Amino acid sequence: MNTKYVIFAILAIVVLVGSIAAYVYLSQPAESNAPVSITGSGASFPYPLLDKIITDYTNNVKPNVQVNYQAIGSGGGISDLKNKNNDFAGSDAPLTASEIEAAPNVLHIPETIGAVTIPYNLPGVSSGLKLTGQVIADVFEGKITNWNDPAIQNLNPDITLPSQTIITVHRSDGSGTTFVFTGYLVDSSSSWSSSVGQGKSVAWPAGGIGSNGNTGVATSIITTPYSIGYVELAYALENQMTVAAIKNPAGNYIMPTLESTTAAAQAGAASGLPTGDESWTNVDLINTETDEAYPIVSFSYLLAYKELNVISGMTQEKATALVQFLWYVIHDGQQFAAELEYAPLPSNVVQLNEVTIKSITFDGQTLPTT
Amino acid sequence: MVSGSIPVLGEFGFDFFVGTAWNPVEGREIFSALPYVMGTLVTSGIALLIGVPLSLGIAIFLVEMSPKFLRVPIGYLVELLAAVPSVIYGLWGLFVFRFWIIDYIEIPLSTYFGWLPIFSGSPFGLDLLTAGAILGIMIIPTVASLSKEVISAVPNSIREGAYSIGATKWEVIRHWVISYGRSGIFGAVILGLGRAVGETMAVAMVIGNATGPAAMPTSLFQTGQTMASLIANGFLEATGPLEVSAYVGVGLILLLISLFINVGAHLMITRVFKVKGGAIE
Repeated sequence: MNTKYVIFAILAIVVLVGSIAAYVYLSQPAESNAPVSITGSGASFPYPLLDKIITDYTNNVKPNVQVNYQAIGSGGGISDLKNKNNDFAGSDAPLTASEIEAAPNVLHIPETIGAVTIPYNLPGVSSGLKLTGQVIADVFEGKITNWNDPAIQNLNPDITLPSQTIITVHRSDGSGTTFVFTGYLVDSSSSWSSSVGQGKSVAWPAGGIGSNGNTGVATSIITTPYSIGYVELAYALENQMTVAAIKNPAGNYIMPTLESTTAAAQAGAASGLPTGDESWTNVDLINTETDEAYPIVSFSYLLAYKELNVISGMTQEKATALVQFLWYVIHDGQQFAAELEYAPLPSNVVQLNEVTIKSITFDGQTLPTT
Repeated sequence: MVSGSIPVLGEFGFDFFVGTAWNPVEGREIFSALPYVMGTLVTSGIALLIGVPLSLGIAIFLVEMSPKFLRVPIGYLVELLAAVPSVIYGLWGLFVFRFWIIDYIEIPLSTYFGWLPIFSGSPFGLDLLTAGAILGIMIIPTVASLSKEVISAVPNSIREGAYSIGATKWEVIRHWVISYGRSGIFGAVILGLGRAVGETMAVAMVIGNATGPAAMPTSLFQTGQTMASLIANGFLEATGPLEVSAYVGVGLILLLISLFINVGAHLMITRVFKVKGGAIE
């Protein structure tokens, strides 16, 4: 009998607290004018940066704007964009030809730069491993299976490499990081290019461990001796992983850092990028020809329709808010990049983006950017 | 699901069931489900080998031997295992259990029995054996608590009759209690198998997630992939329509296998409760 009363009492308290919370919550927005809400979805790689920018923007710059970004993966973001379920999408890879067909008139706005690092776990070797694209491709293709293979030893005369089997670690989920990494291998090795190719997930010829997400790969490498893999720069820096220096086309061995990443983007942009409304399918920042550029680099993009009235429920007000938010991301938002281990955009890419964002229209009219 | 898997079945036909290739790269697409069906069967088999004897031991101890004051707390503890979310099993497996397996099981086995094909390869703990062992632990609550119910349902008159003709405690348990409840225990095992077959998260975290021919189980110390973990890993970022269809196709096979197992289990369990009601087989 008693338990019945206790349950009733608990229920009553829950309902009471709930209604008070609901009342407080609902009565809040009354003080500002009706908020404008923008929704984005897509890649998880830029999420920490976007989240920080959004928090700052909605708290300090435009309190009456709400921005929602759901990190559901590049593929999900692009399919939302196709179905016009979001206002902008985030993607680690540019739209492919078939995606452009399904979602025409979409603008590419590079909002940050990613680099793929090659971390390794070699007991006894705490730093200094040097690798080339060809060797990495051969390792992941299963042609080089032992750490003291002459191909690796010749690059590292100062390191005593153990006679141990190499355990490769790759992403088990489809991922933009894999897309960039395999793009680098395609560029570096003709045999990888002909037998495996580039994709968000590929058929790994060497087998090895598959782990979920950057965190999963990082964990597998840290906990598995004699392993090697690939993770996003930000994760490698955060986890203080031991990463390899990679030979760039200029012949220098470059460590992945924010500076060497931005240098690659700068060089890539200087050698010519498409305008925002053109196809970016073939754009990459792989193996750019500059002395200090890291070779495995790519843009991460925000995607939005050039003419916003194709999205149902879009208003002049909302379109303006979206344009101003995008403008903020590529300008003031970049100040948060370094502290979160993202490489900030170089100035020539920002200028390109300015033109792109200014070209966004609603019902044929351009929109104010500030 | 059937209509979703039509494209992949139309493209590869029977090869989808018997091939080993898995390549989602645009222009090179080829998909086959066999390695993951095998991976599921092998890990579930290991799970049963590890989980069932333990669970039966727990059930028999609780019903037949345990002092009264231990019965309730141990019963609760076992059922508590069922309340642990599978992702926690996965994390524990990845950060703790994996290293026990490497140090105490895989390294000795690989040192002394490495010449056997099933123990070949270098042990690093993210493999079929670890996944199977984790599953074995995860099915304990299901199998143990159901077997406990089944064994408690064996009428005392059976035990008394057995004792009266001079059977020892062990003989009573083995020849009368277990055989009286065998179809119920079998049902409990099948339900445990159902859980092992469908488990996703914990498996994906420790099995090493191989794809293609590398996922075809040949050694216990080899990375593998089950149907459930394959879908969990790849479906969200699947790009081409054929790739999506391939995941749906694997899901269809998984659904059919799970359905088959669960229907079997329910038939078994219903049968034992009829017996409990007094009817004799």
